[in-house]
Amino acid sequence: MTESKTMFVDGREIPIRGERNVLELCRNAGIDIPSFCYHSELSVFGACRLCLVDIEGRGIVTSCTTKPEPGMRIRTTTEEIRKMRRIGVELLLASHDHDCPTCAKSATCKLQDLARRLGVTEVRYPRNRPRLPVDDSSPAIVIDPNRCVLCGDCVRACREIQSVGALDFVDRGASCRVAPAFNKKLSEVECVGCGLCATVCPTGAITPHSEVESVWSDLDDPDVTVVAQIAPAVRVALGEDFGLEPGTVTTGLIAAALRRIGFHAVYDTSFAADMTVIEEATEFLERRGKGGSLPMFTSCCPAWVKFAEQFFPDLLPHLSTCRSPQQMFGSVAKRILPERLGVTPENLRVVSIMPCTAKKFEAKRPEFAGPAGADVDHVITTQELTRMIKEHGVVFNRLEAESLDMPLGYKTGAGVIFGASGGVSEAVLRYAAQALGGVRGGDLEFREVRGEKSVREASVTVGGETLRIAVVHGLANTRALCEKVLAGETDYDMIEVMACPGGCVGGAGQPLPTGIETRSERARGLYEADRTLQMHAAQDNHMVAECYERHLDGPGSPEAHALLHTGYHSRRRIADEAISLVGGDDEAERLAVRVCVGTNCYLRGSQDILIRVMNWVEEQQLQDSVEVGATFCFENCGHSPNARVGDRMIESCDANTVIAAICEKLGLPVAGRIGAAPVGAGQ
Amino acid sequence: MSTIIETATIPTLEGIAAAYKRRAERTTRRIILCAGTGCIANGALKVHAALVEAVAAAGLDLEVELKDHDSGDDGGEHLHLSHSGCQGFCQMGPLLAIEPDGLLYVKVKPEDAEEIVAETLIADRAIERLLYVDPTTGRHCHGPDEIPFYKRQQRHVLAACGHLDPEDVREYIARDGYKAARKAWTAMSAEGVCDEIESSGLRGRGGGGFPTGRKWRLTLQQPGPGKFVVCNGDEGDPGAFMDRSVMEGNPHSVVEGMLIAARAVDADAGYVYVRAEYPLAVGRMRKAVADAEKLGLLGEDVFGTGRRFSLEVMEGAGAFVCGEETALMASIMGRRGMPMPKPPFPSECGLGGKPTVINNVETLASAPLILLHGADDFRGIGTGNSPGTKTFALTGHVANTGLIEVPFGTTLREVVYQIGGGVTDDKGEITEESFKLVQIGGPSGGCLVGEHLDMPLDFDSLSGVGAMVGSGGLVVMNQTTCVVQMARFFMEFAQNESCGKCVLCREGTRQMLAMLDDICEGKATMDTLDRLEELALAVKKGSLCGLGKTAPNPVLSTLRYFRPEYEAHVIQKRCPAGRCKALAVPEIDPEKCRGCTVCARCCPVGAITGEKKQPHRINPVACIRCGACAEACKFDAIIGF
Repeated sequence: MTESKTMFVDGREIPIRGERNVLELCRNAGIDIPSFCYHSELSVFGACRLCLVDIEGRGIVTSCTTKPEPGMRIRTTTEEIRKMRRIGVELLLASHDHDCPTCAKSATCKLQDLARRLGVTEVRYPRNRPRLPVDDSSPAIVIDPNRCVLCGDCVRACREIQSVGALDFVDRGASCRVAPAFNKKLSEVECVGCGLCATVCPTGAITPHSEVESVWSDLDDPDVTVVAQIAPAVRVALGEDFGLEPGTVTTGLIAAALRRIGFHAVYDTSFAADMTVIEEATEFLERRGKGGSLPMFTSCCPAWVKFAEQFFPDLLPHLSTCRSPQQMFGSVAKRILPERLGVTPENLRVVSIMPCTAKKFEAKRPEFAGPAGADVDHVITTQELTRMIKEHGVVFNRLEAESLDMPLGYKTGAGVIFGASGGVSEAVLRYAAQALGGVRGGDLEFREVRGEKSVREASVTVGGETLRIAVVHGLANTRALCEKVLAGETDYDMIEVMACPGGCVGGAGQPLPTGIETRSERARGLYEADRTLQMHAAQDNHMVAECYERHLDGPGSPEAHALLHTGYHSRRRIADEAISLVGGDDEAERLAVRVCVGTNCYLRGSQDILIRVMNWVEEQQLQDSVEVGATFCFENCGHSPNARVGDRMIESCDANTVIAAICEKLGLPVAGRIGAAPVGAGQ
Repeated sequence: MSTIIETATIPTLEGIAAAYKRRAERTTRRIILCAGTGCIANGALKVHAALVEAVAAAGLDLEVELKDHDSGDDGGEHLHLSHSGCQGFCQMGPLLAIEPDGLLYVKVKPEDAEEIVAETLIADRAIERLLYVDPTTGRHCHGPDEIPFYKRQQRHVLAACGHLDPEDVREYIARDGYKAARKAWTAMSAEGVCDEIESSGLRGRGGGGFPTGRKWRLTLQQPGPGKFVVCNGDEGDPGAFMDRSVMEGNPHSVVEGMLIAARAVDADAGYVYVRAEYPLAVGRMRKAVADAEKLGLLGEDVFGTGRRFSLEVMEGAGAFVCGEETALMASIMGRRGMPMPKPPFPSECGLGGKPTVINNVETLASAPLILLHGADDFRGIGTGNSPGTKTFALTGHVANTGLIEVPFGTTLREVVYQIGGGVTDDKGEITEESFKLVQIGGPSGGCLVGEHLDMPLDFDSLSGVGAMVGSGGLVVMNQTTCVVQMARFFMEFAQNESCGKCVLCREGTRQMLAMLDDICEGKATMDTLDRLEELALAVKKGSLCGLGKTAPNPVLSTLRYFRPEYEAHVIQKRCPAGRCKALAVPEIDPEKCRGCTVCARCCPVGAITGEKKQPHRINPVACIRCGACAEACKFDAIIGF
């Protein structure tokens, strides 16, 4: 099996180098076979029928589903293939919205691109797909089914890379569409807002939820002062939208552009990232010292935080309580800037420029709002900033770099490398190394945590102590790791999690397309920026130190804690799923009685309990003070049937125990009430 | 419940058969009531209850389930009333066969029970009014031997279907059941079973006609353990009910076929995937599996070989596409029924990534016959490339509809005119000139026309003329059928049932349906026909799975044989069959009109005017061509629809 294997592509002999299908082999050989549904990081789907090739002896087949075989002879373009590809694209165009100029993906739309490439000059089929409602319920992304080509990239990305599975195909035939389960809105399901679906979507069917208009209206408001924070990963990607190479650092140009657009001051999220390093490392060392929950998971990535709240509530004590850099910046800015800028807190607006869609969701979490409104008022993505720059007419490439505003614009390299997977770990290590008393010969680069591998492990010995670190990106990889942690199979001290492949540089708000190569170029840009900066460790950021001193009583202080830390809550249950059955007509305060009708409780008679309690409430005419409802699963199936009366859980209940609990809560004479009830209990 | 099934030691097949036969010998008469879905829908269960009551009233000894008497006492003589699966002649149901008299009563009603007991069971006389009357000769036929519908058939797979009690495993065993499986498991090697099936030439009955032996061998060659056998009982073609009938009428033949397949490919578990719309088939398959388990025919130690094979019956979720094997496997695994690209084929990577053999019901039910009677015997029936028999569901404009089985190579003429008894016109009369076409293979198949009447029905000749055996639906259509409407019907079906995954099928069927609508409504141009044909060919060639690849067949084959009819719709805006309402030019025949005013009163748009007792007229501009007037007119005076 050692002799070289080859096959023939359009008559040219091409070596087979272990490509997983003919499509990849052709692309490696310089023939870009068109396709919608093929994605090198996802499973093969075979749905778009565009990557057709003609194989001698086999006829026309899809190249994505065909394994290269030695001696295979294929033609990538024949009259028949061209015709069939055109028909395929025409069919898609016929069932697709024709409002291209107003589509967010207009410039990067693969359907448009292929229609042009394949010479589709007219659509000979009428548009006959009924319009479907747009789902803009999620603060992170918008789904417009009218622009969907049903390639399934989003479905597979969400399931395979993120293991979330918030989207799937529903219905058949012409009614087929991609949507969350049970026709729910995206905001009501387990979507973590990472936006990977939008990154892989070839058309404008899934796009980041734009907040550009609200930013414009704040900029237009003369009473309002608008400041910006720029996330690390934005500076190495924005240039791509203006013809620069991925990884080109454009911090100064972005600052200049933002000021021209009307931002009062331009700061750096990396300032807050330096703070995060200090807080997180302090927390970490404290947990290590005092035997707190280890491993400690990072909490910078809001998609990961929601993922953990939904799927791993048992691990929540392991999450660092540190807010993400975006939110630390927000709370610090809202605390110190009004005085510095001479504005009232109500008239200060903080706009984040993020590579990320989940940040939009994070900024709207209720715990991140103070008396003067949200800590971060608007979150726009790199893509949205491009649009604002272009809309305003700023000629980006002719700008001269400007410096950021101080003090919140000052950062060290530690705060910059946050944008790449492994960056947070490295930044924390730089701090911990010094705190533990041993800097490795002045070398602050911990290259063992860098790279593209989905899970990276490193044991770093500093000051005589060995720290075991894991770095993971992609939530499916994270899920597997979490399960190992729960099973006690790991001995890590710290785990860094980033939802997006490659970390923030690969975020869903970044310019498109975002491929593996683009991601690593952007990461390289960040590490380069780190090298060119004066300082590399967060503890060396004197502006951060000053901020701690003047405003926060130093790191780890109660003041710092209030401003820079947060808490998490389990999202295992879907909100508002109880069905009110008795006494739920108006807003009056009532005692809430919930009986579980999930499978286990139902099988042990909870339906009967529910009916008896409802009857009793009605007979006692207690509808004004008691509201009875059915609910699903208290996750206490071992002690079913379960009910809850007010805040009291009643395990292994029957109608009598539930009624007794109601009487107790309402201060009614227990025996008398039950005695009078038709259920006829007395004990 | 029979006692034998509950005994701790498992008896041999011979022991069970002997006990059953001893008991059956004491049966004076066997009354077999068809309890297929069709007859049950027509009231067979009520007939059953009435018979039980009437027999009891007459004081006769009746058994509805033969009891085993282990003590050696075989009991006295008795009548045996049993259910059977589909006896085939569904149009005439409920059917009641009486043996050994060889009588077949048709359209039996509960009220007939007393007379049947008094006349036939006691007085040994046939009741003439319950006999089938041959419409061509007017003769009363006593039994299947005299009924043309049955006389021309050769029942092999269906042989036992109308006779044995599908819920009694002992009767199946008494008819040599499970001997073929025992032979395969205890006296043959896996290769040997593949050899035998391969040399029989058995081809898949589900549509594709792939050689079954080769499929098994490919699966056998894959590394185990953990291989699966799957029975595809997701028969979804409109008008097809062959597989349902086999599962309802002889479920153990399917279980035995799966046992043989399991031996051939070295599988240790299997699934019977039955569509949920077949509750009777699901119930009978479940009972068959449970009974076979109790007898040790399925389970941890099959035939004492120490090897295991277990079966589970799964209900489908009501999607036509789940009949496609990769979608079916996805459905079994709890996923959305969406086909996956092939390769890899199920034989390499099937259920849970394990090698899996998937066969259609009829194919599996053929396997025991081959092992029992030999491959040569099987090859002796049918044609060289298509050995054996094929079951068809014969429906449409034909005198006799029902479930039939004929050897491959039988001509269409024999099926339509001899078994089917001829083509009927719109009044139900059999006429020579009524025949227009036969749609074979349902929404995936094509049409056969007059020139094909003498063509032998087999895999290769059918595919040669752009049709396919498919699963075996045969819909006969007369001259009143509009081929565009027919193609439209199947296209709508394919569009609704497309899983929506691949572009060509999902969007292509939608656009073809729209074009067919345009043709039926007179909105099409010749360009529409060109685009329709071009798109149909692209969808056929480029779709992901069998559903899409065959969805254009009805369009392509009607275009091939009836292009002038399409062109009449497009150019002259006329429907030659008079079925396309939008193209109708309704008029009132003044000769026939009596001026009764019914039409004018029922017209929803007031397009009909006229004086009482004077011929009426239709205003063609106002008319919406709803046809209400034509339906209401008692004098057939409305013409043009």
